[in-house]
Amino acid sequence: MAALYEGYTLCGLVQAQNQSDSGIQGIESERDSDHVVVTDSTRSVTLYKVSDQKPLGSWTVKQGQTLTCSAVYNSHTKEYVAVSDNKVSSDVWRVHSVPGGEPVVLFQRGAVRLLDSLLSAPQQPVEEVLAQEEAIRWSTTVIAEAAQFVIFQTEQKGDHFLYLQRPNLNAVQRYRLEREEPGLSPLSFSASYRDKHINLLYLYPNGHVYQSVVSVRGPGMEEEAQALPLPRNLLFALPVGEGLLGAASALALDEAHVAVVGVPHPSAGAGKDFLCIWNTNFQTLQAGKEMSGKIYGQLWSYSSKLFIPHGKSLSVIPYECPKSSLASALGKLRQARTEGEMRKIHTNNNTEIKRTVSHLSLCYTSCTLSSTSTAPVEEVQREVEGLLSRSDIQELQPSVGQLASSLVSRSVADPAFYTPGTLAQLVHTQCLCHSVCPDLLLLALERKDYFLCQLCLQLFPDVPEAVTCACLKTFIRCSEKLSIVVVDAQGAVLPTVFFQHGLEVLQTAYSDTFLLPHLKDLSSQQVILFLQYLQFLYLRYSQDTFTQTHGLRSPTLTQIMDWVCLLLDAHFTVLVMTPEAKGLLLNLHRFVKSQVRLFSELGKIEGSLEELQKIKVKKEVGQYSIEVIELF
Amino acid sequence: MGEFKVHRVRFFDYMPSAIRAMAFNSRTERLALSRADGALEVFNFADSYFQEKVIPGQDGRAVEALCWVRGRLFSAGLNGEITEYDLENLRPKYTMEAYGGPVWTICSNSQGTHLAIGCEDGTVKIFEVLEETIRFQRNLDRQKGRIISLSWHPSGALIAAGMMDMIKVFNAESGHATHRLLVERGVGASKSREVVVWSVAFLSDHTIISGDSAGKVQVWDGVTGTLVRTHLVTKWDVLALSDESSLLAGTSEGTVVQFQFISSTVDQHDKEWVRTRTFKNHTHDVRALAHTDTAVVSGGMDTQLVVRPLLEKVEKNTQESALRKIAFPHRSLVSCGKKAGMLLFQFHGHLELWRLGESDGHGKPGDSLPVKRKPEKLIQLKRKGDDHICCSALSPCGGWLAYSTISSVRLYRLQYNGSNISITKVAKLPKVLRSAHQLCFSSDSSKLFASTTHSSVIIIALSQSECKYLHTLRPKSGTRQPVHLMSASEDGKWLATANSDCEIHVYSLHKLKLHCTVPVYSSCPTAMAIHPTTSNLVMVHADQQIFEYSLVQKEYTEWSRKLQKQGLHHLWLARDTPITHLTFNPRNPAHIIMHDTYMFCIIDQNLICKTFQVRSLFGVKLQTMAYHMEHLLCVSLLEDHSLVVVERPLLDIASQLPAPVRQKKFAT
Repeated sequence: MAALYEGYTLCGLVQAQNQSDSGIQGIESERDSDHVVVTDSTRSVTLYKVSDQKPLGSWTVKQGQTLTCSAVYNSHTKEYVAVSDNKVSSDVWRVHSVPGGEPVVLFQRGAVRLLDSLLSAPQQPVEEVLAQEEAIRWSTTVIAEAAQFVIFQTEQKGDHFLYLQRPNLNAVQRYRLEREEPGLSPLSFSASYRDKHINLLYLYPNGHVYQSVVSVRGPGMEEEAQALPLPRNLLFALPVGEGLLGAASALALDEAHVAVVGVPHPSAGAGKDFLCIWNTNFQTLQAGKEMSGKIYGQLWSYSSKLFIPHGKSLSVIPYECPKSSLASALGKLRQARTEGEMRKIHTNNNTEIKRTVSHLSLCYTSCTLSSTSTAPVEEVQREVEGLLSRSDIQELQPSVGQLASSLVSRSVADPAFYTPGTLAQLVHTQCLCHSVCPDLLLLALERKDYFLCQLCLQLFPDVPEAVTCACLKTFIRCSEKLSIVVVDAQGAVLPTVFFQHGLEVLQTAYSDTFLLPHLKDLSSQQVILFLQYLQFLYLRYSQDTFTQTHGLRSPTLTQIMDWVCLLLDAHFTVLVMTPEAKGLLLNLHRFVKSQVRLFSELGKIEGSLEELQKIKVKKEVGQYSIEVIELF
Repeated sequence: MGEFKVHRVRFFDYMPSAIRAMAFNSRTERLALSRADGALEVFNFADSYFQEKVIPGQDGRAVEALCWVRGRLFSAGLNGEITEYDLENLRPKYTMEAYGGPVWTICSNSQGTHLAIGCEDGTVKIFEVLEETIRFQRNLDRQKGRIISLSWHPSGALIAAGMMDMIKVFNAESGHATHRLLVERGVGASKSREVVVWSVAFLSDHTIISGDSAGKVQVWDGVTGTLVRTHLVTKWDVLALSDESSLLAGTSEGTVVQFQFISSTVDQHDKEWVRTRTFKNHTHDVRALAHTDTAVVSGGMDTQLVVRPLLEKVEKNTQESALRKIAFPHRSLVSCGKKAGMLLFQFHGHLELWRLGESDGHGKPGDSLPVKRKPEKLIQLKRKGDDHICCSALSPCGGWLAYSTISSVRLYRLQYNGSNISITKVAKLPKVLRSAHQLCFSSDSSKLFASTTHSSVIIIALSQSECKYLHTLRPKSGTRQPVHLMSASEDGKWLATANSDCEIHVYSLHKLKLHCTVPVYSSCPTAMAIHPTTSNLVMVHADQQIFEYSLVQKEYTEWSRKLQKQGLHHLWLARDTPITHLTFNPRNPAHIIMHDTYMFCIIDQNLICKTFQVRSLFGVKLQTMAYHMEHLLCVSLLEDHSLVVVERPLLDIASQLPAPVRQKKFAT
């Protein structure tokens, strides 16, 4: 589950005359994840070390000049680039720079030049790409497949267009945005590269967030060709309350999370501004934080920190968006647990997600995380133990997944490395589920760590049927090899290993339709063994002598019966043809028949007894009492 | 309203006695009924079935039959006497020996000029009804065997008499028997036993209908003397009948069977008596029946009066169409010594004085507190003489106790020091105080008010040394009706009385004269009280209306008027038992606490002003159910602000009844 942590103020805002303006023109990343360059809307640029909340340096242009676009850091030359008074050779819209890319200059009329080439020939002619009355509204640059794209959006008489430009190739793709309700222009854009596509996310004042996916290998635009329509899909409609959004911004954090500012919190009253993280897959609100003061609709994100000007300050808010699973998104729990003490794993209370993790514990997490990839087993164990003992498990929830994943991937890669105790410990925190770390259970199976398997089966709410079945098969297989047995009432012989492990399999959640195909893979011998086991359990349980033995969690009679039914469904024809199964089936039949008869009798008794319930239990009242009653 | 400590009292073993006879006067819409203890009750069917008058019984007086002659009420009993009642003074007016042994039945002709009685010695005696009395006229031909039942032909010329094994028809003029109708005995073992014709009805078409101990209802042709039809109704006795085109038969099994004179098939013109309906509203013998225009009224051993409307005669789903069971008297038999924490229970033969228990515990609502000191019966006072107690009162301080029969008033001085009680009869009471319809002490226990004839009130001053006659308060209306409600104000300034004429008089106790008369409302008041601080008189009537009258301004209060304008909630009006007591909450002067048999409620005058708050009202009703309170005889507030609730569950009463006729039921 995504989380917003306690934020801090990076700097105060110099209020411009215009109240609706935050006074910040832009924030760009600098040399590493901890440095940013902040350009204010007038004349100065300041470099900050974010974690220290402290400016490292500042530059100001001459009086009378203004900076017209935010300054960027050129990582190649370790220089800062800023434009004053729009001027190079033609009016400049913005300079973009990303780590690993060259700074590019976007002119107001749509032309794009690499900074280098522009500096080498400053007087070169700059062509006009945009039509008359077409103006740029937003732009960014994205590195995709080792190529740099400049993306900008324009407006022309109420129509909106999107341009994709590769500065080195001079190829342009032009798309026309579908019209939203008349008169509505996008409030904010955000672009990211994922899976060979550029994903655009844009927010309209009516709260609709659209996603458009553009292929980076799109067709180049012919001269004067018509703009292609840009397909979009409504990602979600944010609740806007009454009226339209004024200053708001939506920023894609990863493939599943979007940070939104300036949109009312669905459960908070009006007049309050919130920074929220939404999960787009499940359409759930994952985290929210109230922002004091005015919101300017500006939002930047660099290395897991959100930068948001509000009121009279610029705040930095660290966030975390761990890989989401249905279980963690919805807080879905497995079917009713037998133990009362099971802690609820995930809270799905959208309204009150307020997690604070101290920087300290975050730091520990990252330390531990780094050690998991290299350190020897003992050290890892120590680190994790330390981490778990140090902080509140609930706060650690996002990091537990990361830890487990990294341990599992290291174990998979290195056959010599395996930390069963640590993994078990992590599973025990109940912050894990199968979808967060899908390889864990399979790894345990592979390493024949049946204890961990059981633990996972017991604690994961979302074990897929295929994996359940794989466990089942492994248990059956290993029991075929071993010779320690339990002899049941009918004299059938059952291996103890299976006896112990099977119980957990029976109690996992599953859906018949998904389980059935996997069950069909069992051989007839395995089926017979399993059926024997189930029959044994059923007999034992129905006699009620067994329920609490061994301190094991035991499946309910219904669960056992469901498995019997499933197994028979999957293999009935095979079983009928197998001579060894005949006795077993007849036994089952006889037993079920007698049970049905018993139950029908019980049903009758229940009917009569129900009448008793209808008789009101009257309080025995004596001749005299003194009571306290409340009247209203 | 908040939390209350409640004393729940269930040790009042009140036991109503069985209903013996009934007579309905369709002109005045009054139902008279007599009980096994000899008491007579008059219900006003026109005024929400309110129990208007009660005439206490007397040892040795057993009323076997009742009869209205216009507005006059006569009874006859196995003591061989005919009694006429004084309904204004609630006592027998005179009693006349019939000289024929026990009298089984009494019946008047439709003209109201003559009464016929059936005697044990086999005579039917005719009495002439005179202005002030009755006079023996003659005997009809004397028969062998007792006369059990009688019925005049509407013309007045013939009388049918039910006897043992037969019915005889007499000519009322000549006194000769004209017909003898032999009634068959039961079959089997009962063949040897005489059959008793418990009841006969002589209809205007000369049809005679009889009910007998063999379980038969028979239809006879009175002209030819032949049996037309026999209906076997029960294996047991058919006990009572009533008349004209619809006829009722009550049985020992507690059922009432209705017969109607209709054509059995639609196109047929000749009508016959067809058994149509069976009602089962009683657990025991139905001893008395009455047929009003719209309802079947029945009563019997199980002591309850049941009014069962005939659904073809009343509008469906109205208050009128609801079944009514009247199980408890419409007046209070409990008086509460508020300051002393004592209760006085009135039985017809004795009084019981109890001291309530104590608990020092605290608890949350719903809790039962530990009883530190159990309630204690201090005194059981047996009445003197044959007359039953008609009213009683305990002074608020618990120092005085008074009761009255129709013949005397007795006053006792109580001295209780926490462990010993002494009771001293006040020897010399003023002569003027001979009997009282209602007794009541002033709140400071210094005066005793006793209502007597013509709604007057005698005031007696009480002191340690003597009891002195002070004054007699008289209304100016010239009413002759008895007072049935009396209430003195907390501050000792006012006394209010209400009588059966629906008049409410308020007297100033300082000036010792009539202060005002509340405008007469058509329905009889069933409870009233004077507010301790505002001196407003709050009245609740039999039709469930609530009024508030300002004694200072001598007019209905603003609140009362608003309430009348808005009208009361239909759920409030639909209740079928009258409010029998009301009191005020000293912690909140706007709260009036009222109760009827099934609920007690708090009426918040502030809320009621806006809209009649039935929500809270019925919330309280539900609450009494939640606490399993049922059948309330008294709800009162003690001085320490704790509530006293006296309950008498009907089940407890039923468990004390004799076993009903055994019937084989499924699976028993």
